[in-house]
Amino acid sequence: MTAVLVGTDGASIVRRMLRRWPLGLLLLLAAAPYSALPVPGLLDGPLGSPGSLQLIALCLIYGGLATSYDLLLGHTGLLSFGHALYFATGLYATDLAMLELHLPFAAAVLAGIGAALLLALLLGAASLRVTGIGFSMVTLAFAQAGAILVQRDPGGLTGGEEGRAVPADRLPGALVGIGNTANLYWIALAYLVLVLAVVRWTVGSPVGRVLAGIRENERRVEVLGLRPYGYKLVAFVIAGGLAGAGGAVYLLLTGGATPQAASSDATLALLVMVVLGGSGTRWGPLLGGLLYTWAAHRLGDLANSTDVAGLPAVLRVPLSQPLFLLGALFVAVVYLLPGGLAKLPARIRTTSPLTSLPASRSVRGE
Amino acid sequence: MGTFVLLACTGLGLGALYFLIAAGLSLIFGLMDVLNLAHGALLSVGGYAAWWAATGGGMSCWLAVPFGTAVGTLAAVLLELALVRPLYGRPREQILATVGVGLAVPALLAGLWGADARPFPQPAVLAGTVRLLGAVVPRDRFLLIAAALLVLLALRLFLARTRYGLIVRAGVADRAMVTALGIDVRRAFTLVFAIGGAAAALGGALAGLYFGSVSPDQGPGLLIFAFVVVVMGGAGSVTGAAVASVVVGLVQQFANYYSAAGLGDLAVVVLLAVLLLVRPGGLTGRLA
Repeated sequence: MTAVLVGTDGASIVRRMLRRWPLGLLLLLAAAPYSALPVPGLLDGPLGSPGSLQLIALCLIYGGLATSYDLLLGHTGLLSFGHALYFATGLYATDLAMLELHLPFAAAVLAGIGAALLLALLLGAASLRVTGIGFSMVTLAFAQAGAILVQRDPGGLTGGEEGRAVPADRLPGALVGIGNTANLYWIALAYLVLVLAVVRWTVGSPVGRVLAGIRENERRVEVLGLRPYGYKLVAFVIAGGLAGAGGAVYLLLTGGATPQAASSDATLALLVMVVLGGSGTRWGPLLGGLLYTWAAHRLGDLANSTDVAGLPAVLRVPLSQPLFLLGALFVAVVYLLPGGLAKLPARIRTTSPLTSLPASRSVRGE
Repeated sequence: MGTFVLLACTGLGLGALYFLIAAGLSLIFGLMDVLNLAHGALLSVGGYAAWWAATGGGMSCWLAVPFGTAVGTLAAVLLELALVRPLYGRPREQILATVGVGLAVPALLAGLWGADARPFPQPAVLAGTVRLLGAVVPRDRFLLIAAALLVLLALRLFLARTRYGLIVRAGVADRAMVTALGIDVRRAFTLVFAIGGAAAALGGALAGLYFGSVSPDQGPGLLIFAFVVVVMGGAGSVTGAAVASVVVGLVQQFANYYSAAGLGDLAVVVLLAVLLLVRPGGLTGRLA
């Protein structure tokens, strides 16, 4: 009997320790630049090499972006197709504040985030007038207008197709050069932690509970005497501001602003990330963002590899198009993996007979 | 005066193109609550099939355009049966699945025929221009306007005079009630998908004539304005879509000419924002 008690006690300690796993993972991630661990297959170089850090940092940024997007999709039930617009606004506004207004870096970042917040407020106020799928269409139209504007290069500001490089002389010295990739990596990690904190805080706050109510049944929230419009706008602006901050970090990491960030493909990619990971879950969007970004980069390598070039045309043509693979992956996720990766353990648990047996026994015991 | 007439004809031609895409989109959206993001892919399929028939297949333009339309219709039916129908009653998953197709199909076309625009052969009849009220207007504009008017007329007749049209109209108004009456709305779904796909593919083939080329990103690019048209016109309303596409096409052309190029696209979106702030339901007030 005592052995059983000790056993459960030990299990509860382990469980308590396991609950702290995000902290442990964070420490591990923070220490990654000091590690020379080779990760063959996953990364090109050892873990701490600038190339690997660059890719991981990119994955972290997209993990953060996907998490910010899920504040809308998973937590409020708003299917926006324009999230990349706010990301691109943060990206371009930060760059332009340095290039055109000659602001110092920190002020430029604030200007970039401010621009994203303001745009999210304006366009959110208009698009949230429409509910349901109409909202998706309107956000898509706005985002596409932004993408066209960036492409057309008004007044030589955005640089059109080429984009605009970040002015290296205006950046702090510790953020320039390949030798300082670790610093950029830590900034990306800090951004991810910030997004997770803000999203969790929002979801847990009284506003977050109203947002969950809106997701479940908007009419019921109205009947309670609350106006969903204002709450949805708050969520939209917070998510837009977080995406804008992501744009500023992305600018540092890639050293410039390019129009691909504003394209509708960019928003669809965020959507794929969230759905792949599992929308409305705590870690799902992050996981989806990491996996998708990593896969997109490795798929790009695969598409250009000599192995693919040697295949017969039936296989070569689809495999050489990363977007085809991503689209196909997306359809597969929707059908084969409802709820995303985050729901996968629970799904396996409910379908596997080995684990369902003890559960039924315990029910009988009660 | 000449410039004005030319801009009006070009704007109407563009509006006709938008209407061909938006009509199917609007019906699918109104009936099924599905935002069909693969609609642009159907347009691309139609455009490329017509292009292939006219260049590699050796067909004349008058055969190539119906061929492209037929291929697009077939693709739409396949899409509905294979991907949209299994997710019946789950609109969000249906949207997500069509997103995947909308990404994959243009990528596949780019893989098959390259990412660059391919020149679309223009028949001699359409190559010339017509003098109209002092303006020199290319003939293909009139073909587009005529095709859109025919589709509008056919759709209105179909919706008003046939049994299936009745089911579709009733389904747009209240799908639950139609289902409760024991009518299989799913067959109407497939039919609407086929009609929408046919109109989009026709639009794709005619876009090849209008722009003089086909390219993989043509479909997704036009799709955005079709969305604007659907929202402006009100979901499920074919007439609303027709009015809105004329407005969008004209505003775009005139704003592009009288201000800097590219501002026309922006003007359309600003117009949409203003309309939504004033009338959230669009012109016909049909959007929930």
